[in-house]
Amino acid sequence: MQNSVIEVNHLYKDYQTAAGPFPVLKNVNLSIENGDYVAIMGHSGSGKSTFMNILGCLDKPSKGEYILDGHPVADMEQNAVAQVRNKTIGFVFQGFNLLARSSLLDNVALPLVYAGVDKAERHARAKLLLEKVGLAKYLNSRPNQISGGQQQRVAIARALVNKPRLILADEPTGNLDSTTSEEIMALFSELNQEGITIVLVTHEADIAEHASRQVRFLDGRIVQDTRTKQIGMTTTQPMSEAI
Amino acid sequence: MFTAMLGEAWHAMGANRLRTFLTMLGMVIGVSAVVLMMAIGQGAEAAVKRSISAMGSNLFVVLSGPPTAGGARSATGNAPSLNVKDANAATELDGVIGVAPVTMGKAQIVFGSNNWNTDIIGTTPSYLEIRGWSLSDGYAFSESDLRSATRVALIGKTIVQNIFGDNIDPIGKTIRIKQSPFVILGVLDSKGQTLDGRDQDDTIIVPLTTAQRKLFGNQLPGSVRQIMVQAESDNTMSMVEEGLNSLLNQRHNIREGAESDFSVRNLTAIANSAAETTRTMSLLLGAIASVSLLVGGIGIMNIMLVSVTERTREIGIRMAIGARQRDILLQFLLEAIVISIVGCLIGIAIGVGGAIMVNTITKAEIIISVNSVAIAFGVAASIGVFFGFYPARKAARLNPIEALRYQ
Repeated sequence: MQNSVIEVNHLYKDYQTAAGPFPVLKNVNLSIENGDYVAIMGHSGSGKSTFMNILGCLDKPSKGEYILDGHPVADMEQNAVAQVRNKTIGFVFQGFNLLARSSLLDNVALPLVYAGVDKAERHARAKLLLEKVGLAKYLNSRPNQISGGQQQRVAIARALVNKPRLILADEPTGNLDSTTSEEIMALFSELNQEGITIVLVTHEADIAEHASRQVRFLDGRIVQDTRTKQIGMTTTQPMSEAI
Repeated sequence: MFTAMLGEAWHAMGANRLRTFLTMLGMVIGVSAVVLMMAIGQGAEAAVKRSISAMGSNLFVVLSGPPTAGGARSATGNAPSLNVKDANAATELDGVIGVAPVTMGKAQIVFGSNNWNTDIIGTTPSYLEIRGWSLSDGYAFSESDLRSATRVALIGKTIVQNIFGDNIDPIGKTIRIKQSPFVILGVLDSKGQTLDGRDQDDTIIVPLTTAQRKLFGNQLPGSVRQIMVQAESDNTMSMVEEGLNSLLNQRHNIREGAESDFSVRNLTAIANSAAETTRTMSLLLGAIASVSLLVGGIGIMNIMLVSVTERTREIGIRMAIGARQRDILLQFLLEAIVISIVGCLIGIAIGVGGAIMVNTITKAEIIISVNSVAIAFGVAASIGVFFGFYPARKAARLNPIEALRYQ
């Protein structure tokens, strides 16, 4: 297994504006090891969300190198990038981003559709994950019939369904109250203990404390990088393998 | 994967039923119009074709010219300018395979207590061959009947129904035509209506000589009202027409440049132009109906574009969790195709139903061919692909980040 999941070297990102290119990321270097739990912090406009989009292969850097799981993303063609988003990375968004018209089961199973998994297995795996996040009773409910915290659990289940090595969470607790936030963070800690690498964007210090390492962005640069816990605390059986 | 996408397309259609229905409506109207118009057009065409083949193929009719009385000219066909010898001479022309002199008139016929007024045709046995007219029962009169002017008759189906009814076998019975008794030898096959709607089965055929001597009297011995001439084939038609004109001019001593006392008419050409007219008509109907199909297609494209914009965020989510461009393309394309095909099926049902209704109400002939339905279906499916492709491609090319940010 590769030791570092994410390797970012001299990364730049400019946005084209009417007044010329506007730099958002300026020479970012970061390496994230397998099994790590990293919180990326910073004020809005610090470039942390743009950095997250690049990590998730949703956006491309203007300059610099991004090596995901040993493969330079710049060399991949479009379908391969889609496959990375499908299988290597699991996304969790601030706004949950569930499909309103589909049942929870179908929402969780959706990534498996694009992975070409057949229907019976799709439903079996989705059901197992919904049980794991405590929503076994709501398989056929619609997202608007459950609470925000429950919706975020569904989104996490969806992120996990294709057994990714990496979870990218962009302000996952931004729309939730503090009690629910704690529950979600506990779920992330549990996943990390099972061996999944987690990168989390947040601007709240108490949320960031759950992570093992805190990276702070300011003005497009990393200004602080602190490790608070060791990587790979006692790893029980990884959940993704249990599935 | 494909079935999952098909399910999603179905799902998406169900999410906004009224809109899906209205989008489909364009397709439904277009397809039903095409199916209905084609059914009516092909029916009309078939009716005309049948009339043509009932008339006989490659036919000329030579009519005698109009009689002149004190400078006022009467209708063609009334002057006694054609006779049996003209007909006999015409058989010698190159390219002619059949000639039948005809004289005709109306007469009252009586059988028992029933009577009827009908067309009497006096002609030779070759008339039946030229017209391609066979007998459903009995047998035709012969040359010897012609020579001895026997009182025998062949009668049409309409007459059988009107004076004999269903229970009496007319063969061998004697009817009275203008008081003279005639023995019925045979019953003519049904020929239906002519192009102008006359009932061809309301006819009695008797030997020419009998008609001349015993029914209609005679202005000049041997004169006939018209001569039917059948050419060998389509290619010899013009040759035969020229031959007829020069032969008859010569026999009637008509100088070059003077007006003929007869006229040669090409019946097949008249019928063909009628067929051409119905064909053009049905093409035109089809073309107009196709325009509505096109408009239906544009409606689908319009709604799909709206749908793509509306679901931008959904597209972003799908991309973020691993949908490839072609997955998104396929999803929206399938939706457009499903809408058009379902619309098409409904349209075919309505079109066929409408055609059957037209048939029961107006009695007009309709033909619903598998071909026309298959064409309508194929065109509708292609319209789904064609007009669904642009919106689907637009969806597939969205930038995932912008799509995710879309509110």
